[in-house]
Amino acid sequence: MDVVDLSRFQFASTSIFHFFFVSLTVGLAFLIAVMETFAYFRRGRSTVYDRMSSFFGHLFLINFAVGVVTGIVQEFQFGMNWSEYSEFVGNIFGVPLALEVLMAFFLESTFIGLWWFGKDRLKPWMRLGAIWLVAIGTQISMFWIVLANAWMHHPVGYEVVGDRALLTDFSAVVFNPKAWLYSLHVQGSAWTVAGFFVLAISAYHLLRKHDVDVFSRALRLALVFAAVGTVFSAASGHTAAQYAREDQPMKFAAMEAQWEDSGSPAPWSALALIDEERRENTWSLEIPYVGSILAENNLSASYRGLNSLNEEYQELYGEGRDYIPPVTWVYWSFRIMVGIGVLLMGAAFAGLFLWWRRRGALDGTRWYLRALVLLLPLPWIANFTGWMTTEMGRQPFMVYGLLTVDEGVSANSVTEVLTGLVGLWVVYLGLIGLDIYLLTKTAKAGTHKPDAEILAAPAPDYEGTGVGGPVGYDRER
Amino acid sequence: MDLVDLWFWLIALTFTLYFFLEGFDFGVDALRPLIAKDESEERALTGTIGPFWDGNEVWVIAAAGVMFSTFPVWYGALFSGLYPVFVVILLALLLRGVSFEYRNQVDSQRWRDVWDWMSFLGSIVPSFLWGVVMAKIIEGMPVRDDQTVGGGLGDVFTPFALAGGAATLLLFVLHGANFLLLRLHTDTVLYRRARTMAFVWGALATVAILVFVIQGYVTEGLFEDFGVLPWLFPAAAFLTLASIWLALVTRRDVLAFVMSGLTIVFATMTVFIALFTRGVVLPSTISDDLSLTLEETASEPYTLELMTWVGAIFLPLIIGYQIWNYYVFRERVRPDEGALDRGY
Repeated sequence: MDVVDLSRFQFASTSIFHFFFVSLTVGLAFLIAVMETFAYFRRGRSTVYDRMSSFFGHLFLINFAVGVVTGIVQEFQFGMNWSEYSEFVGNIFGVPLALEVLMAFFLESTFIGLWWFGKDRLKPWMRLGAIWLVAIGTQISMFWIVLANAWMHHPVGYEVVGDRALLTDFSAVVFNPKAWLYSLHVQGSAWTVAGFFVLAISAYHLLRKHDVDVFSRALRLALVFAAVGTVFSAASGHTAAQYAREDQPMKFAAMEAQWEDSGSPAPWSALALIDEERRENTWSLEIPYVGSILAENNLSASYRGLNSLNEEYQELYGEGRDYIPPVTWVYWSFRIMVGIGVLLMGAAFAGLFLWWRRRGALDGTRWYLRALVLLLPLPWIANFTGWMTTEMGRQPFMVYGLLTVDEGVSANSVTEVLTGLVGLWVVYLGLIGLDIYLLTKTAKAGTHKPDAEILAAPAPDYEGTGVGGPVGYDRER
Repeated sequence: MDLVDLWFWLIALTFTLYFFLEGFDFGVDALRPLIAKDESEERALTGTIGPFWDGNEVWVIAAAGVMFSTFPVWYGALFSGLYPVFVVILLALLLRGVSFEYRNQVDSQRWRDVWDWMSFLGSIVPSFLWGVVMAKIIEGMPVRDDQTVGGGLGDVFTPFALAGGAATLLLFVLHGANFLLLRLHTDTVLYRRARTMAFVWGALATVAILVFVIQGYVTEGLFEDFGVLPWLFPAAAFLTLASIWLALVTRRDVLAFVMSGLTIVFATMTVFIALFTRGVVLPSTISDDLSLTLEETASEPYTLELMTWVGAIFLPLIIGYQIWNYYVFRERVRPDEGALDRGY
């Protein structure tokens, strides 16, 4: 292992670890804001939505803290591990990153405290506003980060002068089509993650007849959310793949493990045994026409293969280097992501169908509720494999066509990076274990647990009024 | 003032605000084992910073983000050059950030003790290391001719860097004690303990700052290029330190807090003024010619213009709603037996 490999591994682990938390945070913030809105408009008449938002809000907070702190690692690592990259793109890449912090990160971190601790000190509409600002903040955050990432895949609005890429047109960076596609896709997947998170927990409690008022409503809310999320992900994902065929043809070919240029009409390989050494597939289950449909929504489109693209890239970006990404990884990650996406979309629409068919069918169909519980980990796996597809697919480039990964790395020693990596991994594994443990514990406890057993953030007693920032589990009711 | 200078000072401002704000929440956590004797007192102490620490912490993300976009070369050289230091800071911040949230999720004393340790270590370690980072910015790193930084741990933990670390750590503890005087009910035992702590740590902080300043004079020539009034900032720092003592004796809590805050501001500003007057953002210990200068590490004018618009719109907004946040949670806190049962 050299510094490049170690730094790549470090970056990948931090990003995936960060995203494990933030994908839930981004989606759940919005879902909780919707719950709070219901609670606000039904205040005085029903406490169902209060209980719902307190319960899921508690889960949200457990997750949020880790999202924030891992965000710091995410940002620092550009300078720490990729200083050459930072110097090359700082003029451009730094701007969305700074915008994210100034527009969104502060907003989330400040108003999350106001929302949670301010339960008895803000007017109801202010609290509602606070959670909406958190929700909006998370979406803005996500947008700028994904935009920065998209720039690395599809650089626009720049000019390379000497050894730096300089910003020439910021509007081009903001209106980078790739950024909007990626951002819709990540948005959709965050909604899917949060939707299925709430679905699984609600189904779990409905199976045990706990607080049916809360959980059957949460189930319906999350079902709509999950359905919209999966459709969004699928539609934007499909478009993003087609766009990749134009601007990152190598990635598209790797996603399909297409070594030679496809004929017209192009078949689609559903499963394949890939031999990267010999640059061919030893076996492939091919479905005719589907390749063309995926590539261009018609029955005649063809697309380029890895080998001829590699020759072309040699001419474009310099000889003496292999431009073929790790095909097996990209191919299988892509299939796992798409497979899970289709499965989840099916599950969401099955739920909508049950809901529509007759009253009580949704809450009463036990096999369906059980299935929802089992589906819980899948959105995260889809997220992970999705990032693998897109990030592995751009290798060996860090900024597509401009800077390779080994050119972007810092001049650190193997010892430094390895020690740091081990330290981060120990903490990451610990945190992910604790997060899952605490989320499970809290989720299982449900809304019926008395306050004493659900201890969220620490409570001061303000002015001896007996008002200690509440958790809100029916204390005064 | 051109945009390069403006952004240099805005970076100085974000670091200063970060040290001012997170300085006191680090300090409160560092003092917790000394002040809080039981669970309700622990909770009261955490309650003093509960609504604020998260927003405070974002200032460091802002500092790094702004540095990345406006001085990418400086950012890359500093963060990769001090790699081991930043790894430890990150690990500490990771554990501290979750300790607030995780501490009360399981009703077991051992569980809480573990997280109390995490937040304690997660506070004193970065408090110390940020001082090391600031000292290294003045003292310099082995910057090579390709703008990368070499050197090992021996180049990082020099006597000057250690003095810098001790100074920030002790100053933050003092700042935390002063913050507690504002946030705790004056008739509680916690308040009285916090007062004692302010005296004790105030004295220690004064010694540490003295050492740091003397070292700055003698070995670093820290104030040589300060222009007409090279003694102004150290003098101001001493005045503020002295007035903390006076404020404590005369029981002017607000004044004490403002003064420990001003000491942090002056100390941080001293670092940045020292850089600015030399026109250097990271001196090279190999050769003066290799030092990274303001101009060569900065982004191009277009990026800086853009960032100026962004900063002009959002910085006042952020400062505004953060002030409002402090206003909402302005009441003093007291430990209360019932706090645990009420669960929060």
